Order: sequence, then structure tokens, then C-alpha cells
Amino acid sequence: MPERRPKIIGFCCEKHGLDCVTLAARSERQYDASVRLIRVPCTGRVDGMHILQALEDGADVVFVLGCLEKNCYYDTGSIEGRKRVEYVKGMLAETGIEPERVEMFNASSSMAWKFHDIVSSMKDVAERLGPIRPKGGGSE
Amino acid sequence: MIVAERKPLDEIAKMIAPYEKVAVIGCRSCVAICLAGGEKEVNMLVSAMRLKNRKDGRKQSLDGFVLERQCEKEWVKEVEEKILDSDIVLSMSCSLGTQTIGDMYPHKIIVPGLNTAIFGVPEEQGVWSEKCLGCGDCIIDTTGGICPIARCAKSMLNGPCGGSSDGHCEVNTDIECAWYAIHERLKLQNRLELMEYVRPPKNWSTSHSGGRRIIVKEDAKLTPHQKRGREVLE
Amino acid sequence: MKAGSNLEKVLEDGKFAVTAEIGPPQSANPEPLIHHAKMLKGYAEAFNLTDNQTAVVRLSSIAAAAIVMKEGIEPVIQMTCRDRNRIALQSDLLGASAIGVRNVLCLTGDHQTFGNEKSAKSVFDFDSISELYTFDKLRTEGLQSGGDKIEDPPKVYLGCAENPFATPYEFRGMRLAKKVNAGADFVQTQAIFDMDMFETWMDDVRSRGLDKKIHILAGVIPMKTAGAARYMKNKVPGMIVPNSIIDRMKNASDPKEEGIKLCVEQIETLKNIKGVHGVHIMAVMWEEIVPRIVETAGLIQRPAYK
Repeated sequence: MPERRPKIIGFCCEKHGLDCVTLAARSERQYDASVRLIRVPCTGRVDGMHILQALEDGADVVFVLGCLEKNCYYDTGSIEGRKRVEYVKGMLAETGIEPERVEMFNASSSMAWKFHDIVSSMKDVAERLGPIRPKGGGSE
Repeated sequence: MIVAERKPLDEIAKMIAPYEKVAVIGCRSCVAICLAGGEKEVNMLVSAMRLKNRKDGRKQSLDGFVLERQCEKEWVKEVEEKILDSDIVLSMSCSLGTQTIGDMYPHKIIVPGLNTAIFGVPEEQGVWSEKCLGCGDCIIDTTGGICPIARCAKSMLNGPCGGSSDGHCEVNTDIECAWYAIHERLKLQNRLELMEYVRPPKNWSTSHSGGRRIIVKEDAKLTPHQKRGREVLE
Repeated sequence: MKAGSNLEKVLEDGKFAVTAEIGPPQSANPEPLIHHAKMLKGYAEAFNLTDNQTAVVRLSSIAAAAIVMKEGIEPVIQMTCRDRNRIALQSDLLGASAIGVRNVLCLTGDHQTFGNEKSAKSVFDFDSISELYTFDKLRTEGLQSGGDKIEDPPKVYLGCAENPFATPYEFRGMRLAKKVNAGADFVQTQAIFDMDMFETWMDDVRSRGLDKKIHILAGVIPMKTAGAARYMKNKVPGMIVPNSIIDRMKNASDPKEEGIKLCVEQIETLKNIKGVHGVHIMAVMWEEIVPRIVETAGLIQRPAYK
């Protein structure tokens, strides 16, 4: 079986979230994972449906990155984002899928290190859990 | 409006597990407004069920549709093909919509995806509270516009019970005591004498206790002659 | 005489009455009832037999009444509206009267979420006031709530409960007035710990002239521990226990003795309040202490009637 890179989808707000990513990119650090970022105006716009759709379309894990809750560009947008993430985690738990596949993170523009942390922690989760499929193998 | 809540996903999964083709049908009326069975909720449910099926290695096709109003036959007809084409219908409307589909297609299996709960009012975003039980004989003209049948845990008719504490209900201290609220409202309106009147036993025969209720508005109902005329036109 | 019960005779005669409570067991065993009946006989005019108190399933109040009556004790049966609709309530009233029960306490009842059958369907066809209203019509006019006239109406003395410590406080006097208008002959109050508040309520009651229309039996609860006092203050809705009482219990070297002393003091105070016609001792799970309290409070000489 060819080696498989964990598939990570991140919804990043275009304010602090994306600033943090841009700053992190300067380090030119490489990740042994497929990380795809989706730019959203605000994490308050991320719907549970988007997260579930990402998982359905093959992502192993999904994260949402928004502004710090007390310093959100849109005041309470990242709080909305967190509530949606929590709701989806609940739905996953009810269906027997590991809720830690989905996480919410917050960062400020200057917290470049935070993005590294996020990717490595989500990568760990993805590697530990693998793709969503029946226990004991089976095709993807 | 009617307020409903989604059933736990494992309960839903169990109901639909034996079937291959599942039509998930939502409703854009009350249950969409209370965020239980509108477009978004139907899509999320379908998505979550597909993920569960992938995880469990089950082959099942799930398709979501949303109707304008599931409790009216005319709207249900719009998705008749999808219903007939499915093995099971998971209705994401209040039980009225679920039963409408069930009564229209008696040979099809229809299961509820929601628990229909209350006649409620949105108090704030994400919060609905029960305010009517549909007893069929409204008395709130004498209770300051607050219904003690629905808003008191014991449906008291003659003032608060002895468990009213700091204006809160003994059954759930997060909820105000209905009769405390009535007392305050009547005081405000200078109508406290209404509290004094001994309300005799309530006639419950107008409620569900009198048997299943059917409401007929004669001037709207079609006569047999009119019905025949419509049939011809159709 | 409406019913001719011992309690009625004492109260109508203007004597200071004593009632107490016996909780039926959570079993089909009549022995605890017989035991308590033998122990308590002669210490009060009548004894309340609770009706599935706090919504916990127990031997029924009417059956318990039948058992203690055999021991020569006069019962006050309790009838809550939680578990029975008007058909059952009226039927049980006829039945109770037929076996010789003469005192009935009308209650709405604790909600079933407090008990051991939380998934029960609640009835609440009546509330305590519509229950009183119906029972009064039934006994005086032989009129059933549905309008049918019956022969041989029940002979009962009707009681109710009232809690001066529940909100809205200013309505509590009026609520007693409603119960009087609905037909109540006597009232047993919630346990009184805050005397000032009780006096305020009594002022309202007297200003409405209710003390002349209904016999008021003031409720007391003897406590064994400071924990019990704290529990009642914090956990029992509609109960007010001043901190001074909790402190007194907490600082006592022998809390049980202190509890008895406190209860007797309360009875002494209540005896001297104008309009209070008796006391109702609710020694929950501590029935054996009733004789001592009655004795110490100087109430041992119970009036006797032929």
C-alpha cells in the first residue's frame, strides 16, 4: 500500500487567522501532511455543514482557525465558530466517529508558532485515527 | 409555532439501518425556524449519516429534500416520486408532517427524525418556551394574558401552589412560577380581584381528554357538489 | 356538625387541637402503621396519613386510615390531585366516607418529578381549590362535579394546607380566603420556623376575618440535626428557615434535644397567637417523638367527647 499523507482541511478566517498563517509560512517549514486551507471571511460563517462536508469528501481531520475570542475582528464571530464546531463534535460522537477529528483554534496575527502547533496536533490525530472507515480495515 | 428537536443520531441510525434507499425530508415551516428540520439540518443529518455508514461499512443511499410545508398534501405531492422511489422516508418535520406523508402513502415506511415537543415561543436566539397546551378553551383573559395550564407544572387554576419560591417554580427553579407572573401582571393592571375568584373545575372535554379533535369551518369546507366539481377539473 | 369527627368536635368547641402525621410505609406491610398507631394513640385528636408524600409510592392513605382506625385512632386522609382525576377523587371520597373516615385534607400534591416515579403522567385535573369546591358541593348538596345528584352524600370535615412562606407572599392570605370560600373547615400550615413572617401572614388572615371562618392549625417540624435544618432551608421549595435556628442546632451539644426544645418553644409561641386554633406536628421519620413533644408542650390533656 503506498504511503498515505494525512488529509487536513482548515477553515481560516481572513483576519487574524490568515495573518497568523502568512507569518507562519515565512518559516518555510514543511509538513508531512496534506494541509488545505479554506479562506472564510469569518469563522462565524463556517457552518456545521461545511465541516461535515469536508469529512465526507475525504478529510481525515478538520480544524477551524479564527481570531482570539476577545479580539475577534467581527467581535463575536469566532465564538459562533466555536459553537458550531462543538455542535458538530457532538454529532460525530453520536454517530460513533471520534469527535477529536474536528477542532477549533484561535490565534492572533503574530502567533505564527500557533499554526505550527495546530498542524502538528491535527496531524497526530489524523495519523492516530486514520481515515474514517470500518474498524479492521476495508477500503477508503 | 411548533417546536421540535432532533432525535439522537444513534436512534435515527437504528430506525433506518435495515433499508438501502433513504429519503430524508425536511420542512421549511416551524421546524426550520426552530432549527430542527430545515434545509441546513437535513443536509447535516444526511452528511453525518453518510459518515456513520462509511465508518460502519454500511451501504446505504441517503438523499435529502426540503418541502415548503410537510403537513399539507399539496406540498408533499411535489416529492411524490422521491418518496415512492425510496425504501424508507425519514421525516425531519414535526409529527404532523410525518403523519401526513404516512397517511398519503400507507404502504411506505415513514419514521420520525424529530421529537415534536411544544407549542412554543422563541424567547431569545436558540431558546423556545412552552406557552400553550391547546386545551381548546382559552382562559387567559382572566389570568393577565398568561396561561397557567401550560406555564404551571401542575396546571393550577387558582393561584400558585406552596412550592413557589422567590417567584420560581419548584419543579425547575430556572423557570418562573406562572402564577407569580400572573399575580405581578394583574397587580400592574390593577386587576388583582381576578386572583380572588374561585375558578371551578375546568371543563377538559374541549382538550384531548374529550377525544381526538377535528375542527371544521363550515363556510370554508367544500360541499359534496363542490368536491365533485373539483374532481372533474383535476 | 358536618362530619362528627373528633377533630371537628375539638375545633368547633373552641379547644386547642393537636394533629400529627403518620407516613405510610413503602411496602404492603401494615405493621409500621399499627406500631405507630399504638404508640401515638391519645396524643392528638387526629393523625394525617400522607398520600404518596413527595410523590414516592407508598401504601395508600385510605387503606392506611382503615388500618389505624382499627387501633382506635382517628385519621385525616390526604387526597392529592396529582394522581387522580375527578372521577377517582370523588369515588375515593365516597369510599373513604363509607368506611368511616371523617377528615379529609385536600392537596394539589408534590409534583412527580420529586418522587420515585419520575416518568409518570401527571393528572392535575383539579387543583386543591377546585377539589375543595367539588367536595364541599358533594357533601352539602350531594352534587357531583358533573351535575348528578347523589343520595347519601359523604360526611367529611374538609381541610386544606397553606404555605405562608411561598411567593407571592402578599397573595397567601387571599389564597386562604379562596380555600375558605371553596369550603375548607380547617387548615394545616407549612412548618413554621420564621415566627415574624408567620405573624405577618396571620395579621393579613385576621384582617380578612378568616380566623373566624376557618380553624388554623400551625405546622411544626421537630428536627434531629443542623443538617436537616439546612436541607429544609436550601432544598425544600417554599420553606423559610432563619439562620438563627440553623446556628442554634449547629451549636447544640445534643442536637436532638435541642430540636425537641425548639419545637416545644415554637408550640408555646404559636399557642399565644390570636387565631391559631391548634398545632400540626410533622415528625417526618421521627413519629416516636410526638408523645414527648405533646407532653412537654403541656398539651397532654386532650379533650374527650362521647
